Amino acid sequence: MIGAARAILRKDLRLELRTKESVPAMTLFTLTVYVLFHFGLDRDSLDGELASGVLWVTLLLASVIGVSRLFAAEREQGGIDGLLLAPVDRTSLFVAKAAALFLFLAAVEVVAVPAFALLLLGPGLGGALPELLAILVLGDLGIAAVGALVAALAAETRARELIAPLLLLPLLVPVLIACAQATEPLLRQDQTTEDLGRWLGLLTLYDVVFVLLSVAVFDYLLED
Amino acid sequence: MPALPLDEAGKYVAGAYVVFLTLVVVYVAIIGAKIARIERELTELASEDDK
Amino acid sequence: MYSKGFKPLAAATVVALATAMTLVFFYAPLDADQGFVQKIFYVHVPMAIVSLCGFVAGGIMAIGYLRTGDSSWDLRSYVAIHISIILGVGVLATGAIWARASWGHWWVWDEPVLVSFLVVELLYCVYYPLRFSIEDRDRQARYSSVFAIAAGAFVPLNFAAVRMAEAYTHPRVLSQTGSNLPGEMRLTFLVSLLAMALLFVTLWKLELISKHASMQLKRLKRKLADREAVTA
Repeated sequence: MIGAARAILRKDLRLELRTKESVPAMTLFTLTVYVLFHFGLDRDSLDGELASGVLWVTLLLASVIGVSRLFAAEREQGGIDGLLLAPVDRTSLFVAKAAALFLFLAAVEVVAVPAFALLLLGPGLGGALPELLAILVLGDLGIAAVGALVAALAAETRARELIAPLLLLPLLVPVLIACAQATEPLLRQDQTTEDLGRWLGLLTLYDVVFVLLSVAVFDYLLED
Repeated sequence: MPALPLDEAGKYVAGAYVVFLTLVVVYVAIIGAKIARIERELTELASEDDK
Repeated sequence: MYSKGFKPLAAATVVALATAMTLVFFYAPLDADQGFVQKIFYVHVPMAIVSLCGFVAGGIMAIGYLRTGDSSWDLRSYVAIHISIILGVGVLATGAIWARASWGHWWVWDEPVLVSFLVVELLYCVYYPLRFSIEDRDRQARYSSVFAIAAGAFVPLNFAAVRMAEAYTHPRVLSQTGSNLPGEMRLTFLVSLLAMALLFVTLWKLELISKHASMQLKRLKRKLADREAVTA
């Protein structure tokens, strides 16, 4: 299973490097939304709750783009039938797609988080980097697992582009809550960490539930 | 906020329970109508079938 | 198949509802802080609890469908979710009325039940377009089941997250569920909860009867049409 997952992942990553369809779009989208927030909120700098909220809502919206493109390559080239005819168990497909989405998100954040610090963040990011990293990793894991599941769920419906975001965003509300609440003290003028463990715990629970659930259920999707 | 006087509060409480009961009654009425129509069609078909 | 035992169930539900409402208005004491408005609690919170359980039950029935392939599980799951969505609308409506009566606003963000229901209803609204945009009946059932399972797991997680968030900004004042209820209020609440649960099961059975009857009708029509085609 790991071998098959790794192979699919490698194909997806190579495809992304070649066509550059998802990550640049997601990154550009994020930067654009930061600018929108500047004009919309009429603020030069944000801190605390506002900063945390803008950062995470923007990331969530960007992930919608990534999710709707997740199975695009297979659909456009008719490749999904090829994948399914091969004796590849669906779990590998899930792992590969979720891992791909995770890596895309990480790539976006490498640019988007510093950009956020530059454009909108009042206090510096400085000392809170390891905590922020932990939040990002656990948050991205949840987005990746749920994103891959939603991408597959929406893949066969006719109104695919509409259903994917409408499914994804409510499902990610707990992730948003946990990440925004955890990040908020890190972005205050007087930087602290408050209850980080509690929110990371919630994120971990969410991640475990949805990874296990998706692995169990993926076999029933994308069949025939 | 201090508690509303009984007559004002009564309107809201009544409103809430009316909403609940309306939901139930409308739902039951819709399904009841559907079942009635189906039973009518079934007896029609059964009598046709007997011919 | 489904109509067995329906009449006694419906009768029990009516009795339970009548008993509950009697207790609410004639037995339960007036709340010291909120006064008469607190009576809404006896319809709002049981509806919320039963609706949340209904969503989870819908997910469990969906697991049953995926494991057995028996489409009656899918039907049960669909109806459970359908009724829970309707109850959820009731939760939002009664919650808004309560908020208006207690705080002067038709919406408050510091009520975790109300807020998490908004998210849950937004999610389950997608159930219908997802379901009905898939034509193949088997695939429709399978995808709906996956959604029901994911959403069913999501409901408690979401409630926990919203509650955790609210605990930081506002103390929980409106939802008086749990042990700090005086005896008469607790009894009234439990009877109301029981009545709501019975109501859910009755409505669920009722809709299953209706769907079953309509499927029988379709089958009969098809059989008659085939017979006419043969003899024609």
